[in-house]
Amino acid sequence: MSMLAADIPYWGQSLLRVLGGLVAVLLPAGAIVYLFLFKMMSFMQSRLGPMEAGPYGSMQLLAEVGKWMQKEDLAPEAADHRIFKMAPLIVLLSTFLLVVVIPFGPDAFFTNFSVGIFYGLAVASVSVLGILIAGWASANKYSLLGGLRAAGQLIAYELPMVLATLGVVIQAGSMNLQDIVVSQNTGEIFGFGGLGNPFILTQFIGFLIFMIAVQAELTQAPFDMPIAESEIVSGYMTEYSGFRFLIFFIAEFATAGVFALIASVLFLGGWGVPFQWFGWDSINDVDNWMNVAGPLIMFTKMMLLTFIIMWVRFSSPRFREDQLQTFAWKILIPLALANTAITAILKVAF
Amino acid sequence: MGKLKMPGMFKGLGITLGILGTTIKDGANTVQYPHEKETPPIRARGVIALHEGNCTACMLCVRSCPDWCIYIEGHKQLAPPRRAGGKPRKVNHLDRFDIDYALCMYCGICVEVCPFDALFWTPEYEYSEPKIADLLHDKSKLGEWMETVPEAPELEVGAQKK
Repeated sequence: MSMLAADIPYWGQSLLRVLGGLVAVLLPAGAIVYLFLFKMMSFMQSRLGPMEAGPYGSMQLLAEVGKWMQKEDLAPEAADHRIFKMAPLIVLLSTFLLVVVIPFGPDAFFTNFSVGIFYGLAVASVSVLGILIAGWASANKYSLLGGLRAAGQLIAYELPMVLATLGVVIQAGSMNLQDIVVSQNTGEIFGFGGLGNPFILTQFIGFLIFMIAVQAELTQAPFDMPIAESEIVSGYMTEYSGFRFLIFFIAEFATAGVFALIASVLFLGGWGVPFQWFGWDSINDVDNWMNVAGPLIMFTKMMLLTFIIMWVRFSSPRFREDQLQTFAWKILIPLALANTAITAILKVAF
Repeated sequence: MGKLKMPGMFKGLGITLGILGTTIKDGANTVQYPHEKETPPIRARGVIALHEGNCTACMLCVRSCPDWCIYIEGHKQLAPPRRAGGKPRKVNHLDRFDIDYALCMYCGICVEVCPFDALFWTPEYEYSEPKIADLLHDKSKLGEWMETVPEAPELEVGAQKK
C-alpha cells in the first residue's frame, strides 16, 4: 500500500491523493502549453512567442487563464443549457479518472488496479460522450458536425489503440500497469538485463500504432478534422467561451500529458530503471527513493513523448475526413491485429 | 489509400526541427516590437500628412474619400493684390482640416486627387490612441507629420513646368 498509509489518517490520504491528482493533471498540461504550444511552436515558425509576461513570457499562462476567467460565460439561446454546461466538465473528468491508474513509483500510485489498462482505455472513451453532447447541445450546425466528426474519429482510433495495447498486455502477462512496469524493468534481452526490456523494442509497431492513435484521440493535427477551423469554425467548441472554453483547453493538453504518461508506462518502462542496476529482484526490493525519482523519470518520458506529439502537430497539414477513416480502418487496425497475433504466437512459442 | 505521402510528412518534420534549431542558434526573424523597431522603407505608406500652405480648401479630397473621413471648413477672405494697384484677391482660407483615422482605410485616393500637392504619404506609423475618438487628427497634427515626408523624386526630363 501507499508509503504514507502508516501515519496519516484516511481523510489526509484522500486529500493528498486529490492534490496529487491535480498536480499530475495540471502540471503536465501547463508544461506542455508553455514549453511546446507557446515556445516550441513559435521557434519552429522563427519567432519568439510570448516575451512580455514574466521572464521569457513564463507568466503568460496565468495571463491567459485570467483572461478566460473574466470573459462572459455565454450560451446560445436555443442550447440545451444544462448539458451544454456539463459537457466540458465531462471531458475534463475523464482525464482525472484516467490519471488514477498510472503508477509513478513503487508506492507512489493513486490506486493499484488489477485491470488498470482496461479501465484506462474504457475511461478514456468517456471524453467522446462529453464532446458529442457538447456538439449536440450547442444548437449550432458547425458544433454538431464537429461533434459527429469527433465521435467518428475517436471511435475509429480507439480500436487500433486497444489492439496496440493488447500486444503489451500479452507480453507482460498482466493488465496491471505496475506489473507492466516491473516486467519491463526485470526483463532481459537474450540474457542481457542491463537495459531491462522496454516494450518499445519488442513492440515497436505497437508503439507506432499507439502514438498515431493517441494523436488522433487528442484531435491534434494531422487528425484535427473535428475542429477544422476553416470549414466548421471550431467544431464542438464553437459556442463555448470563457471558463468553459478554458476547461476544454486544459482537458486537451492534460489528456495529451496523461496519454503520454500511459504510453511511457506501456512502452518506455514507466517510472522504473532496470532493476539489475541496483540489484533489485522484484518490486518489493525497490528502494524508497524511487518514490521521488519515479515521478521525475515519468515526467521526463512524458515530456519526450509530448514533444513528438506536438512536433507532428505543428508540422503536418490536416487529413481529409475520408483519408482519416481509411487510414484507421484499412491500415492501422489490420496492422494492429497482425501485431497482436504475431505477439501471441511468439509468446506461446517461447 | 495508396497516396499517403509519408516521405513528405517526414520532410516537413525535418523542416520544422531545422527552423527550431536556427531560431535557437541565430535568433528569430521577427523583432520584439516595442523594444526594437524596424525602419520602414522610405516610401512606405503609413499615415497621410498635410502641407497646409498648399491647400486651397477645394474639397476634392473630401468628395473623393470613400469613407468620408476628411472634414474641411474654410472661408473666403481678401488677400493683397499680386501687382501694385490691382484689386485685392479673393482666396479660400482653411479653417479646419481633420482626418478621422478611425475611418480612413488608407486607399490614398485623396493623395492622388489633390491638385496642389497638399497631401503626402509618410512612413510614420506610430500614432495609435487609447480612445477611438482621439484618432481624429487636426491640421496641426497632420502638419507635424510633414517632417517625415521623404524628398520628392527627381522629375523625368521634359516633365518640368514650362
